[in-house]
Amino acid sequence: MDLDPLLLSRIQFAFVVSFHAIFPVFTIGLASFIAVLEGLAFKTGNPVWRTLSGFWTRVFAVVFGMGVVSGIVMSFQFGTNWSNFAQASANFLGPVLSYEVLTAFFLEAAFLGVLLFGRDKVPAGVHLLAAVMVATGTLISTFWILAANSWMQTPAGVEMQNGMFHVTSWAEALFNPSFPYRFGHMVMASFLTGSFVVSGVSAWYLLRNREVEANRKALSMCLWLILVLAPAQVLIGDAHGLNTLEHQPYKVAAMEGNWETQSHVPLLLFALPDRESQSNLFEVGIPGLASLILKHDINGVVPGLRDIPRDEQPVVPVVFWSFRIMVAMGLMMVLFAILGLVLRRNGRYWKTPWFLQGLRFMSIAPFIAVETGWFVTETGRAPWLVYGMMTQAEAVTPSLTGAMALFTLIGYMVVYAAVFSAGLYYLMRVLYVGMEEHEEDYDSDRPARPLSAAHVPFEYGDDNAGSHHPSAPQGGN
Amino acid sequence: MHSFDLALIWAFIIGFGVIMYVLMDGFDLGVGILFPFAPDEASRDVMMNSVAPVWDGNETWLVLGGAGLLAAFPLVYTILLPALYIGVFLLLAGLIFRGVAFEFRFKARTSRYLWNWAFAGGSTVASFAQGAVVGAYIQGFETANKVYVGGALDWLTPFTVLTGLGMLAGYALLGSTWLILKTEGELQDWAYRITTPLLATVLVVFGIVSVWTPFVNDMVRERWFSTIDVIWVLPVLALLCAFQIFRSVRRRFNGMPFVATMGLFIFTYLGLLVSRWPYVVPPNYTIWDASSAYDSQLFLLLGLLFVIPIILTYTAWTYWVFRGKVRAGEGYH
Ligand code: HDD
Ligand code: HEM
Ligand code: HEM
Repeated sequence: MDLDPLLLSRIQFAFVVSFHAIFPVFTIGLASFIAVLEGLAFKTGNPVWRTLSGFWTRVFAVVFGMGVVSGIVMSFQFGTNWSNFAQASANFLGPVLSYEVLTAFFLEAAFLGVLLFGRDKVPAGVHLLAAVMVATGTLISTFWILAANSWMQTPAGVEMQNGMFHVTSWAEALFNPSFPYRFGHMVMASFLTGSFVVSGVSAWYLLRNREVEANRKALSMCLWLILVLAPAQVLIGDAHGLNTLEHQPYKVAAMEGNWETQSHVPLLLFALPDRESQSNLFEVGIPGLASLILKHDINGVVPGLRDIPRDEQPVVPVVFWSFRIMVAMGLMMVLFAILGLVLRRNGRYWKTPWFLQGLRFMSIAPFIAVETGWFVTETGRAPWLVYGMMTQAEAVTPSLTGAMALFTLIGYMVVYAAVFSAGLYYLMRVLYVGMEEHEEDYDSDRPARPLSAAHVPFEYGDDNAGSHHPSAPQGGN
Repeated sequence: MHSFDLALIWAFIIGFGVIMYVLMDGFDLGVGILFPFAPDEASRDVMMNSVAPVWDGNETWLVLGGAGLLAAFPLVYTILLPALYIGVFLLLAGLIFRGVAFEFRFKARTSRYLWNWAFAGGSTVASFAQGAVVGAYIQGFETANKVYVGGALDWLTPFTVLTGLGMLAGYALLGSTWLILKTEGELQDWAYRITTPLLATVLVVFGIVSVWTPFVNDMVRERWFSTIDVIWVLPVLALLCAFQIFRSVRRRFNGMPFVATMGLFIFTYLGLLVSRWPYVVPPNYTIWDASSAYDSQLFLLLGLLFVIPIILTYTAWTYWVFRGKVRAGEGYH
């Protein structure tokens, strides 16, 4: 059998980046949450905020550590598997990715150590500043990486000379047409991830009557935030889609499962897109709604996939279904936002078991939405790598053989499986042990290593489990 | 023409970044290489504690190097990475295992031995891969039209295996002299004991590599013999450093062995650079061929000039905070 280095490289990139994406999307949201908690602790002096911030900082440390490790792999992927692309786009992507490293590096070097280890070593104000700077740093990182990715989706501010992109305007290239939407959508996604994970974990603690006061406060904050963010995300998503319709119409056609350029396009709820027959084998839809959403006119004409040759079409089912899953997650989030508001009216949001159970499950919803969202964006761009300018096939490393790509693909899978199951397992331990602090451990720690800020032994059974017996009620009930 | 030769400035910056990385990550990789041979588990705790606060910052120089190369000399990035494909994977896998071992070993009790292996194995694989990269660099790369056209394992030759082993010994030497500096008692005695044999190994391997190099590569041969009247300074300085290590270990000096080992590395590194200058992708491309656009180099340089001093200041500060001997029982539990 012939191994196709292009296909294997695509799978490998999808694997490593999807893996990496899980961690930053969470840390970006959590960093801002911690900064707010630190601010509240600083302003009110209420120890509950300090407990919360201490606990979530411990979680942050673990997730951040894994983000860094998986990120290092990313920075070499371009060269190893996509060297033609790296060479062609180096004038733009090189500086942009370097700035990402520099800003992440900068924040990590200067402020993370203080945030994680410095609470008792620096004045409270400096500690708060560290939290704010770490949060700012993650957002700056997001800025650079999304500028890079958006530029690949909607390239601008460059011209091709002798096989290399040359930047004609940095402003146009960085702030390319899809950048504002993608940046907004992604930042919202990160904040939603933070909110849903925190509320899911708080809900779990509340179901077990653990640290009720602190967890109720955290849950309340998150529910307010979700009430604003979830609907906003739907609106930004809609605007993002309109922008995509303008710049990458056939991606939208794939998202909608629309094969023919026509008016009165239905919004499909279910369909089986089929490449062979260039149509859907089966579909259920609401007539005219897609035209209405995309063109704000039920008679609006929406482009269809048959306009372009078969080999320029993306893999329609992946785009189509990923998009539906993301939107479903978004709508679920809105639903929970409204439920939270209703339950809040009589103060029952923190002791309604079915709601808390639901929130527990919702804590993975943002991760699903983020991954599927990226699948829409990235698969929908195929066969282009730099939209309209460079295809994936042109981009792949010429000397790469299928065997080499397969070897490293399997290698990364094995390494990640080993390392990250240990990480995940340890994270579960941190959550299980909960919010109480082991003060005596603090002095002996040393900065600059994220994970060691989490003071929890690796194996089960070594901590004094009695002090946080799951059913032991604590706090006001 | 532009008024500044930015390629030259960038060559300097990248060259500086590389030696910073080699010296700084070198000693903590070295500690990892020596890990299985330590006298006992308590010594291992101390060894790990001696590098725990700084290894993370040390490794970031590598990430900066990778991104910086893409920005300033994309050709280096896009030829070396495909050419060293398998080696790069081994390097990254090694670094991942050792990175998480740092974090989890201190938390682990019954599974500690696993993390010991992850730390030692990861460090050894990563160091060997780096040494092989240096060897591959001396060999040169098969390119056509600015693209790598060689095979997957061209980099793996008897010569690069030797440079890989040389790097292992060299990093181990950095590690042992670092331990002399940072520890005391039994562990320090052990570090003193192993330093001289390690030094001997390094000298032998470096010696063979030096004699072999002119045969591997014509251009280096010409360079060496045409500029012999200047170039002889570097090996002589390196040998002086080696002698200094030997002498200061015998007198049981604390800091000098480490400083002299850094010197040994610096002069060897300069020797390598001089042999290859100004080719960054030997044997065909110079720093000017490999450069990105002038604007791109400038755009990044402006930010770099601002951030690098801050990074250096912070790094110095961390080392200052954690100065002095590491003692058993301190740090983790
Ligand atoms: C929206 C956010 C986002 C996305 C899409 C990506 N990253 Fe990332 N990355 C981050 C957000 C982030 C972060 C939040 O800034 C991290 C997490 C931990 C950290 O230090 O910074 C990070 C870490 C991180 C690191 C380690 C930095 C360090 O040592 O401190 C590298 C090298 C990369 N990333 C590279 C990449 C590449 C090459 C990507 C895509 C191809 C990528 N990241 C996607
Ligand atoms: C972090 C979130 C991201 C996720 C989850 C993600 C996901 C994916 C997926 C699933 C693919 C495979 C698509 C296919 O081949 O059909 C892909 C491809 C790719 N993406 Fe992304 N992506 C992310 C961010 C980025 C960013 C920030 C960049 C660039 C700066 C980028 C650049 C690429 C490249 C170069 C490819 C390889 C070519 C290809 O397979 O299409 N991605 N990504
Ligand atoms: C129901 C509401 C939503 C709509 C209408 C929507 C719309 C879109 C569209 C059109 C894209 C593709 C843009 C392109 O490739 O050009 C996209 C991508 C994406 N979506 Fe959504 N989205 C919604 C909800 C969500 C939610 C709730 C999340 C996560 C919490 C999310 C996360 C993402 C991510 C991470 C991407 C990929 C990055 C990007 O292109 O921005 N989306 N979304």
